[in-house]
Amino acid sequence: MARRTTRTTSGTLANSFDRRSIVVGALQGGLGLLLATRMGWIAIAENNRYRTMAESNRVNLTLIPPRRGWILDRHGEPIASNRADFRVDLIPERLIDVDRTIDELAPLIGLDAIKVQDIKDKLEDARGFQPVEAGSHLDEEKFAAVSVRMPDLPGVVPQRSFARQYPTGPSVGHLVGYVGPASGADYEKEHNPLLITPGFKIGKDGLEKHFDAVLRGVPGARRVEVTAGGRIVRDLETREDIPGKPIKLTIDGALQDYAARRIGLESASVVVIDCHTGGILALVSMPSFDPNSFADGVGRLEWKMLQEDDHVPLLNKAVRGLYPPGSTMKPMATLALQQHGVDPEERVNCPGGYRLGSRYFRCDAAHGSVDMRSAVEHSCNTYFWSMAHRVGYDAIAPVGRMLGLGQQFDLPISGQRKGIVPDAAWKMRRYHQAWSMADSLNASIGQGYVAVSPLQLAVMTARIATGRTLQPSLMFGQPAPAGPTLPFTPEQFAVPRDGMFRVVNGSGTGVGSKIVIGDVRMAGKTGTAQVRALTSRGTVGEWKTRDHSLFICFAPTDAPRYAMSVVVEHGTFGARAAAPIAKDVMTFLFDPRTAWDSLLALEKEWGGTPAQRMAAKFRTYAARYGTSAPKVGPEEALEAAMDRAPAPAAEQPNQDVITPVDTPHGAASPSPTPAATAEPAAPASPTEPH
Amino acid sequence: MGGGLIPEPLRRLPWRMLLPLALLNLFGSTVLWSAAGGRMWPWAIMHMVHFAVFLAMAVVLARLPQHLFKQVAYPLYGVLIVLLVLVEAIGKVGGGSQRWLNLGFMTLQPSELMKPVIVLVMARFYDSLPPAMTQSWRALVPAGALLAVPAALVMLQPDLGTALAICFGAVVVVFLAGVPIWWFIGGGAAAAVIAPLAFFFALHDYQRKRVLVFLDPEADMLGSGYHITQSKIAIGSGGIFGKGLGNGSQSHLQYLPESHTDFVFATMAEEWGLLGGIFVIAVFLLVFRWGMGIAQRAPDRFSRLLAAGLTTTMFFYFAINMSMVMGLAPVVGIPLPFMSHGGSSLMTNMLCIGTIMAVDRWSRVGR
Repeated sequence: MARRTTRTTSGTLANSFDRRSIVVGALQGGLGLLLATRMGWIAIAENNRYRTMAESNRVNLTLIPPRRGWILDRHGEPIASNRADFRVDLIPERLIDVDRTIDELAPLIGLDAIKVQDIKDKLEDARGFQPVEAGSHLDEEKFAAVSVRMPDLPGVVPQRSFARQYPTGPSVGHLVGYVGPASGADYEKEHNPLLITPGFKIGKDGLEKHFDAVLRGVPGARRVEVTAGGRIVRDLETREDIPGKPIKLTIDGALQDYAARRIGLESASVVVIDCHTGGILALVSMPSFDPNSFADGVGRLEWKMLQEDDHVPLLNKAVRGLYPPGSTMKPMATLALQQHGVDPEERVNCPGGYRLGSRYFRCDAAHGSVDMRSAVEHSCNTYFWSMAHRVGYDAIAPVGRMLGLGQQFDLPISGQRKGIVPDAAWKMRRYHQAWSMADSLNASIGQGYVAVSPLQLAVMTARIATGRTLQPSLMFGQPAPAGPTLPFTPEQFAVPRDGMFRVVNGSGTGVGSKIVIGDVRMAGKTGTAQVRALTSRGTVGEWKTRDHSLFICFAPTDAPRYAMSVVVEHGTFGARAAAPIAKDVMTFLFDPRTAWDSLLALEKEWGGTPAQRMAAKFRTYAARYGTSAPKVGPEEALEAAMDRAPAPAAEQPNQDVITPVDTPHGAASPSPTPAATAEPAAPASPTEPH
Repeated sequence: MGGGLIPEPLRRLPWRMLLPLALLNLFGSTVLWSAAGGRMWPWAIMHMVHFAVFLAMAVVLARLPQHLFKQVAYPLYGVLIVLLVLVEAIGKVGGGSQRWLNLGFMTLQPSELMKPVIVLVMARFYDSLPPAMTQSWRALVPAGALLAVPAALVMLQPDLGTALAICFGAVVVVFLAGVPIWWFIGGGAAAAVIAPLAFFFALHDYQRKRVLVFLDPEADMLGSGYHITQSKIAIGSGGIFGKGLGNGSQSHLQYLPESHTDFVFATMAEEWGLLGGIFVIAVFLLVFRWGMGIAQRAPDRFSRLLAAGLTTTMFFYFAINMSMVMGLAPVVGIPLPFMSHGGSSLMTNMLCIGTIMAVDRWSRVGR
């Protein structure tokens, strides 16, 4: 107050300056101390924290994808192996200009327009961290060209790694599945940084998926010093990966490949079982996909090709396909009949059909007087109809189940379908209808509601051949213990075996497929399963409406070693399509040279091996559609396609036959007849009730 | 320094300040050498050359008489205002902000020169103001106008850091000139009101973002918070003794941005640790104490305000830069004098040193 009233002089200003400059000086010193303290705090108290952060800046830990465990066949030959590979991945998050990067990359690693389109598709769907494969199996020159350009191409990761290799490609597609980069859903399930490491692949289907944990192994790690820009300055430390463990299968790789190739242009499955152990020697479903090319992801054209193929290459028919077994049921039925007191020597006269009430069921021929063995040999329906009428179908169904029909087996194969071995309770549950005698007659010859898988047929054959409750197994050295003893005497077993012997070696329906290799003989049974009752016999006309062709067999007949089932979709009657395949596959087991000769001759007509034919088809598609094919759905769509119910034809086996057979007026229902019958026979017209 | 071997003018130089300052520069060169991956070129050698040139300039400046400073104050201020307008105009024509004028042989940053010149012109103004008037509005309004014009022009560039430096130097001179203390209290209160408003309406987006990032650097670690976080990592990981010369991974692997300019202190701290930091802070405090001491001993009002104001100008660089690298202030593009690479700031600071040396000479040998 005093100062304001007194006059301000230069003296008072000098005083004021002195005081205020001390304040300013003190503030300067104070801030200096504050800064020193602050620095001390950061550098001493928080030193550990910041040192860790500096270290995590400096050092980049990259995972080295572990080498995947091999899948071996029973002889130790690889079914799936690894090979050194140069590959290039794209990390979407790090890409700055996607189109420009791909345009620059394409000529470097030789990508055509189709490939470029597929990569862009995948980039669109990928999440930020998820690597997308741009190219694999590159030669060293191309790889070097990309590596050199790395600084200009952010988000492009060239690296050496190991690629999964399936030497026999499509032959093992359905059996082993395939591998592929982990999807977003996979990563959500398992938050493992390995899953988003470029080059790492997980099992996507089949055995690769089932045994993923065993095959995967432990990743290695590489510690490198990197700049902020991601450039690697030097390697610090590398820990080797621990390869996954191999798994050894009961599969005979060469047999599997032979059977797959022998199927040729058909849509078919072949299952071979070792009669000593129950081990599965071959589990083939063709056509198939090539797991080698699936490993890179499925492109638009490939997807279109697979989708449009009416042979349903994405379906593992050996375990997921269901078919009416047709006459292949008959050997099993003989056991059931004997169990219920039917004398195998008893003769039944076949006048060419069987009368049930007001309706007449036609046999394929007038077989005359037949006993149990010759009924199998000639596949006489009349015999089985009249016997089924006597003992009741309820006596047959349990034996079918006992021998493996309608059963699921303890195998590392997902999506096995149980199929249907119908009985009265089942029909009531499903259709709310009483079981009729006509149903019995249909079921007794493997038609009507009956639906079984090729695997079940092979198991049934093995059990008839050995008389033991063999359980199928897939892991080598781990046979499944046999089930309860089958309640049949050796004499009873002799009947179906004799019958089957005569089918091939006597005057039966399969004599065309007889094999004579030393003293090895084959016994078998043909089957023809009607797809539609609309046509008289499905041997002509559109492929989709033709009958399925089946064959079951075992060899050698005196000491059964191998049991087999062959199912050819829409292959017309059993002796025509299925039996010749079975014959050659069986021949391969005893005399590979002869078998190869006949196969190589056939493949010349077919246009090469399955892999060659697929490649040719792809070229045709590429020329026709180029980049105009629609985009592939998300990966889940592919998996769904492989898991979904089988092809329409097999999904509802013989839907048309399952019309109430009791319909009084045949005209109202196109087929009152249990239309599927034995073979080979002249086409028989649907029989009207007389 | 004694003995007759050394000529009188050289002996008269304030070696107690100059020697530590030269050591600080040499230290700066060492850090720049390391930051360049162990190469003298381009930063370390230029740093030493710059220092030598500007030191010579400062010594020459120290020999100039006081009346010359008084005479050139207003004209120099006028010329710089014209140059600032020119820079703004060229920037507008060229389509983009510009801070430099290319003079052919060198680039001139008028806003940089304005930092010492605003102090000079303020000191000149209060020197000529009759003491009685310091209590009235006439002590503030002209000074406010003298400050507002260049501050506004620099803000337009936009260069918040330099504008703040100019304001800071000027305001400290006004404070030391003895204007009533309640003006500052009132001004402080007004600033507290205006600051938030300015934050939302006057600042550019990038400036606003810097302030937000300063308040929470970890929230945006890979974006704008990156600078502060990486700087703290560099200082913190250095510890007490540092990682050793050439071993700073933060700077050498380019995690630390601007490792040779604004964040040179962090580069130094990573390799030299807390000890290096204490040395740098100590030299700066020594220089400030030297400057303030000269101001307090100065014979007249002009000299006092000039010396104290210029010391404050140097202090502002130090305070803002050091606070920034330690995460105590937002990222503002202000280098650390005598350490950072770059001639402009070194020139400004050596102009301050030279002028304070001149004030020192006036108080010893007369004006």
